[in-house]
Amino acid sequence: MINLTIDKKPLVVKKGTTILEAASSIGIDIPTLCHMNLHDMNIENNPGGCRVCVVEVKGRRNLAPACCTEVAEGMEISSHSIRAINARRTVVELILSDHPADCLVCAKSGNCDLQDLAHHLGIREIHYQGEQSHYREDTSPAIIREMDKCILCRRCETMCNQVQTVGVLSTINRGFHCVVSPAFEMNLDHSSCTYCGQCVAVCPTGALTEVDETGAVIRALSDPTKTVIVQTAPAVRAALGEEFGMEAGTLVTGKMAAALRRLGFDYVFDTDFAADLTIMEEGTELLGRLNKYLAGDQEVKLPILTSCCPAWVKFFEHQFPDLKDIPSTARSPQQMFGAIAKTYFADKMKVKREDLVVVSIMPCVAKKYESSRDEFAVNGNPDVDHALTTRELAQLINLANIDFKALPNEEFDQPMGESTGASVIFGTTGGVIEAAVRTAYEVQTGKTLERLDFEELRGMEGLRKATIDFDGLPINIGIAHGLGNARKLLEEIKAGKSEFHAIEIMSCPGGCIGGGGQPYHHGDVEVLKKRQKAIYAEDKSKTIRKSHENPYIKKLYDEFLGEPLSEKAHHLLHTEYFDRS
Amino acid sequence: MANYKMHLLVCGGTGCKASQSGPIRRNFQTQLEEMGLEQDVQVIHTGCFGFCEQGPIVKIQPDNTFYVSVSPGDTKEIIEEHLIKGRKVERLLYTDPNTQMPITESKNMDFYKKQVRIALRNCGFINPENVEEYIANEGYAALGKCLEELTPEQAIQTIMDSGLRGRGGGGFPTGLKWDITRKVENNQKYVVCNADEGDPGAFMDRSILEGDPHTVIEAMAICGYCIGADKGLVYIRAEYPLAIERLKTALKQAREYGLLGKNILGSEFSFDIEIRYGAGAFVCGEETALIHSMEGKRGEPTFKPPFPSQEGYLGKPTNVNNVETFANIPPIINKGAAWFSSIGTEKSKGTKVFALAGKINNVGLIEVPMGTTLREVIYDIGGGIKNGKEFKSVQTGGPSGGCLTKDFLDTPIDYDNLLAAGSMMGSGGMIVMDEDDCMVSIAKFYLEFTLDESCGKCTPCRIGNKRLHEILDKITEGKGTAEDLTKLRMLSHVIKDTSLCGLGQTSPNPVLSTLDNFMNEYEAHVNDSHCPAGQCKALLQYQIDDEKCTGCTLCFRICPVGAISGEKRSPHYIDQSLCIKCGACFEKCKFNAIKIA
Repeated sequence: MINLTIDKKPLVVKKGTTILEAASSIGIDIPTLCHMNLHDMNIENNPGGCRVCVVEVKGRRNLAPACCTEVAEGMEISSHSIRAINARRTVVELILSDHPADCLVCAKSGNCDLQDLAHHLGIREIHYQGEQSHYREDTSPAIIREMDKCILCRRCETMCNQVQTVGVLSTINRGFHCVVSPAFEMNLDHSSCTYCGQCVAVCPTGALTEVDETGAVIRALSDPTKTVIVQTAPAVRAALGEEFGMEAGTLVTGKMAAALRRLGFDYVFDTDFAADLTIMEEGTELLGRLNKYLAGDQEVKLPILTSCCPAWVKFFEHQFPDLKDIPSTARSPQQMFGAIAKTYFADKMKVKREDLVVVSIMPCVAKKYESSRDEFAVNGNPDVDHALTTRELAQLINLANIDFKALPNEEFDQPMGESTGASVIFGTTGGVIEAAVRTAYEVQTGKTLERLDFEELRGMEGLRKATIDFDGLPINIGIAHGLGNARKLLEEIKAGKSEFHAIEIMSCPGGCIGGGGQPYHHGDVEVLKKRQKAIYAEDKSKTIRKSHENPYIKKLYDEFLGEPLSEKAHHLLHTEYFDRS
Repeated sequence: MANYKMHLLVCGGTGCKASQSGPIRRNFQTQLEEMGLEQDVQVIHTGCFGFCEQGPIVKIQPDNTFYVSVSPGDTKEIIEEHLIKGRKVERLLYTDPNTQMPITESKNMDFYKKQVRIALRNCGFINPENVEEYIANEGYAALGKCLEELTPEQAIQTIMDSGLRGRGGGGFPTGLKWDITRKVENNQKYVVCNADEGDPGAFMDRSILEGDPHTVIEAMAICGYCIGADKGLVYIRAEYPLAIERLKTALKQAREYGLLGKNILGSEFSFDIEIRYGAGAFVCGEETALIHSMEGKRGEPTFKPPFPSQEGYLGKPTNVNNVETFANIPPIINKGAAWFSSIGTEKSKGTKVFALAGKINNVGLIEVPMGTTLREVIYDIGGGIKNGKEFKSVQTGGPSGGCLTKDFLDTPIDYDNLLAAGSMMGSGGMIVMDEDDCMVSIAKFYLEFTLDESCGKCTPCRIGNKRLHEILDKITEGKGTAEDLTKLRMLSHVIKDTSLCGLGQTSPNPVLSTLDNFMNEYEAHVNDSHCPAGQCKALLQYQIDDEKCTGCTLCFRICPVGAISGEKRSPHYIDQSLCIKCGACFEKCKFNAIKIA
């Protein structure tokens, strides 16, 4: 144990503790900018580059960065000596001197760590003015890079390289000309970016943002010739409230449906419906492969991998194209919804395909990219016209002067608004596979599942595994969230060492609740845990908790699709993958 | 040097090579062959002699005649006169600037008299491409001694007792560094030689590798033996092709002689060395950045601790030393700690190599005992200021160092004194400035270098130095204010106080030391729009002296912007609002009628 004082307060902390952690333990919040520590996920960004957290340590020649300096016996630290304050303010002034002063119109206004910091430090003047960096804007189907606003905190680099192992973003050039960029300053859409959006999620400024589609949605809503329908992904309801000052983990399913109706959507549907549909298709595919394998078929590919996460799909298309016949061919719930909406539903409502506009509300920026993929369009008309993030929905609600907190709880419309508990847990890591197990168990064994909560599949560990007893048949299940963790499982498969029958993969840490399109959690894992809790609470509150028991899904098969993996189902609900390496 | 009667040592350092020492050597070789003397006389391309000002240098042994400023056309005369007839070629001998008398042997020249050569002991004396010559000069004896007589602890103790401190700039005790790395338990450790010399004007590490590569190899092997490493890496900048070539040759020879590889000299100890190339980034001289670069990552520093001795190359304990530090190791082992520590000052033992440059008569590479004064270096060895001008300042420590005034000329040079004076030892660049140098421009020049070389990782270095440079630029443009001077100082202190690595922590030194020592020059720029040294173009004014102007119209015709007007045969006039201060009129006027005001 180490004895020290911070701001004259004595304290004892464990060896290896940083000054920042020690200070925080006694309620002294030293400001930081580049530092990011997602404790439970072993994600740490500690470059010590911004120098905002410098503190004065008695006897030390220069100031110490609190985020990466370990405490030592007898240290006397001052977090707010005049020397430390002056240095901290100067450092922030320097950052501001190379940052566009367009806060009023910035996408991050009000949600910007740099703005908050300048306010916190009471900066009223930038003493050191000079040349500012200028870079061309880079627009992709999902993410916009406006590097004039980059402050080189390099959190995005940590996410892209260490956490996701995608390796697209890194710092190039030297000194004042440094910028975070894909290799050779290529555009993001030419790179192997998966659009997972974790860079956007951690960016402290407006340098990385999602493509804003709110304008297009408003135009569609005000076009009388269009029927505009909306679907909302499971994770959105557990986070949207945060945008309106509600506590993290507040479920706002009913208010969200009410808000969407007030925005003018003709039908307010639920992606959860399509998640149940996904389980029907993916679960059947899993059992098909499993039973072939049990029957001694050497050709069959196992494990089967989930395929609902678009960033994950793009990841293996770039990085593991030789494994592209392993993931399930089932489309994601967003795309299944779009395909059914523009066929089954459009026919039912007697609306022409081109007059039906499908909008989705997603916790994700990669969904924007997914909806733009060529294979998800018919004659150039996409199955999903616009994919908005949770944040964009909040913006629309604000634009429409809706007092979100005061809204009543309303229900989704039918037929595509009915869902089960199994579908809502798609929003968290482990949820898709748990939903699949609930259905697959009953289909495989013919028995009714007594226990629906598979605690062994839940949690926040980056890599988890569990064996589920299918009435005497042990099924090995792997779960990974974060693409770096997914890579480990893929390497195992490639080496022929995988012990799993089925694997669930989600690109974002925490699954969709931690998606790149969710309200900014500023690196606070507690927020994710609360969202996760909310998702499981919603599951528990549902009377129907198994996808195959969703009455409207049954009806859909009866009236339209026939059975899972039927020719029609294949055509509308399955897809193929491409080698993008 | 067995069968030859005579040896022609032709300097093969980069400086002399640039002034045609290659053709000199080839001429010697072909002419000797034509005369059938190639069996009697051997021509050797050596490393740097140090006296670059007088290059190319040719030394003849055994009589130690030292010819200077030799050109390829002189070779025939040297062979015919000196080698055959035994008469020295007087016109190629060095002339003592004081007595105007020729001097034949280098040891009698002022440039060499006060030098003590330990690290450079073999440079210019042996053929760097022949391991046998190195061995004949006590080469690999120290390694043999370590392997046969000394335990690693004893060898480290010798280095500790010698008082050797890191020559790369930091001055950390070398023995202590080795000891720390030794004590970290790990089955894989590395020895790294930092040959990423990057200070402007510094070339001591390059010269050692070009002139005596085996000393570095031997020292790295000793280090490997001491800390328990079996692998060494030399990180060298790719723009040192000659040093790389000689190092490669030396590595090959060392392996052939069993001085590298498995079971060296029949012992249990195995060690080998690989070369890693740097792309010429100054910051990669910082040890953590160097290690990242070797690992194939972006060459930028990370926070210490962990120090490389704990987690270095590939996460393994790594001992990083600079070339010159290594070059001191074999003599210390051979001659003992007491010998080494008898040289130098109380806290800085041994010698230091400096690259003398700037407005000094004897530009070159020198090695002097610690404690030698700046005056001795500049006036006795360096031969004073060029063209009889007045000394103004000496900049030590490269871009991170400071500019010292004549008040410091009698300061004995060592790590602590230079730091106390507001500069630093650095890797040994020493640039002398005279009355014509503008100190604001000098500070700006050094900052420009740091700006180019900053990795950009931390805010104060990336943006702070940029802002400092902009303020200095403003001042040299005559647009500075008194407030700018305060800002310069305040910002400099914050940059020093908050930067991540040594580069940023020292980058404002040239600004601070010139502010401290030459405030009057800054004030002249700011208050009077005047550059006392007449270097800042924006502050110059070209004027035509009516008395002297003949109205020849030459200036009118060459002025590129039409700023000059006047009638033929009557005095001309410069419109200051149009003048771009290119100086063309000043250069061309035949009547000295154009003045700088």
